[in-house]
Amino acid sequence: MAEFNPSRRKFIQSTAVTSGAVIVGRLVPEADAKSVLQPSQLTKEPANVNVLLRVNGSEHQLMVDPRTTLLDALRERLHLTGTKKGCDQGQCGACTVIVDGRRIASCLTLAVMQEGHDIITIEGLGTPTNLHPMQAAFIKHDGYQCGFCTPGQICSAVAMLDEVKTGIPSHVTADLIQPPEMTTIEFRERMSGNICRCGAYSNIQEAIAEVAGGRT
Amino acid sequence: MKAFTYERATTPAEAASAAAHANGTKFIAGGTNLLDLMKLQIETPTHLIDINDLGLDRIEPITGGGLRIGALVRNTDLAANEHVRRDYAVLSRALLAGASGQLRNQATTAGNLLQRTRCPYFYDTNQPCNKREPGSGCGALGGYSRHHAIVGVSDACIATHPSDMAVAMRILDATVETVQPNGLTRTIPIVELHRLPGNTPHIEHTLVPGELITAVTLPKPVGGTQIYRKVRDRASYAFALVSVAAIIQRDGTGRVALGGVAHKPWRVEAAERKMPRGAKAVTKELLSSARTTHDNAFKVQLVERTLASVLNEALNETKV
Repeated sequence: MAEFNPSRRKFIQSTAVTSGAVIVGRLVPEADAKSVLQPSQLTKEPANVNVLLRVNGSEHQLMVDPRTTLLDALRERLHLTGTKKGCDQGQCGACTVIVDGRRIASCLTLAVMQEGHDIITIEGLGTPTNLHPMQAAFIKHDGYQCGFCTPGQICSAVAMLDEVKTGIPSHVTADLIQPPEMTTIEFRERMSGNICRCGAYSNIQEAIAEVAGGRT
Repeated sequence: MKAFTYERATTPAEAASAAAHANGTKFIAGGTNLLDLMKLQIETPTHLIDINDLGLDRIEPITGGGLRIGALVRNTDLAANEHVRRDYAVLSRALLAGASGQLRNQATTAGNLLQRTRCPYFYDTNQPCNKREPGSGCGALGGYSRHHAIVGVSDACIATHPSDMAVAMRILDATVETVQPNGLTRTIPIVELHRLPGNTPHIEHTLVPGELITAVTLPKPVGGTQIYRKVRDRASYAFALVSVAAIIQRDGTGRVALGGVAHKPWRVEAAERKMPRGAKAVTKELLSSARTTHDNAFKVQLVERTLASVLNEALNETKV
């Protein structure tokens, strides 16, 4: 055992050197402007690329693997873990964020594709001391049980009401020529991209209806 | 997801040319279908060309009638466009019957046309699939085939094309505009864009490698009562078991196309001549080549009943 410890120490040292080298290796392209691969340039080999993300009003310069989805960039790199990863296939809506005023599934877009866009996550809608009306309504109406789908539900609901206000029709809009109405039938159809495994739908609907009606 | 290189193109010609120079290149716009398939390694591009900066996001009336829809117009914007709502209501209705609010905000016109089947055997890489892996067989034939095609099928593939939008564009006689890698542009009638599976179900459309869709044009409005009726297992956010797109004129003539039953939007012009004779006659002609499985034989009757309902609705609207 006495002989083992020094070798173990050596092992740790060599590991530290190795991982240090890896870090240096990854930093070099960032430091050397010529080798930084901008999204606008053709990259010859798969390599990390720079992306400037504007999230909740703050800009973040990130070096990412092009495979990184917006969802993973938000959660793993910016540590905005309010946005949730449910199915990672665009089916559940837990990852819904608002980009340029529109709700999207952040799992089905790449971070590098979102440069230059305004991204709002649940953290940017309100704060614990200054809740967004939709957040307050979800609490008041108990619009959740486990809470995992809630950030997606709230982001989706906020942008959904804007879609109705701007006259975007839905599958249940009776007359395509008339502006759509703020009705529960409309909200139910328009929120079908957000799944709640706990089945809190009726309370979610009440929360949305309250905000839509201007009552808080 | 397999590693890939990434670039942003700034002109359609540049994008098409770049795509021709690298094997394994894919265009990415909305990404809602491509990224999903890349995560499962069903799509494994080595190079992605982001075409979102190409400026193909406008909807413009064509002089002399008609509408030109940029390839990058999002499904939400196309469905909400005032010209489409007024003159091509079947297209608005079809778009709004598809996907979810989030996905319609991301998905583009061209991407919708080129989306791939949602056949579960295509999606499950443990299963044989001639579309995913040519020559490996078809898991759906003899498998669970409730959602699968009943017309235009082959021994190699019974997958459906999942788009609602494309079915509406088919009865509107849309034309697809493209630019090829050599810089030449061409127009393709939508009937010629999608292929039937035959022995090569992995070849789904008639575009050449690197060819980029730049726009879809619609001819002059044809009026009529325009209906898109989608029958599915859930009331919202589900693919069609059967869908019927119809444009019905006051004299009972009209056009009809089906979704959820074939590898492409299914329209048989000869069947439309039977429109005044009712749903049964039309369906008989539309589905004369039907080859069903135990699981999806119900779709034949479902088509007839859905069409009957659509014709009835049109009749009632005309009376009002």
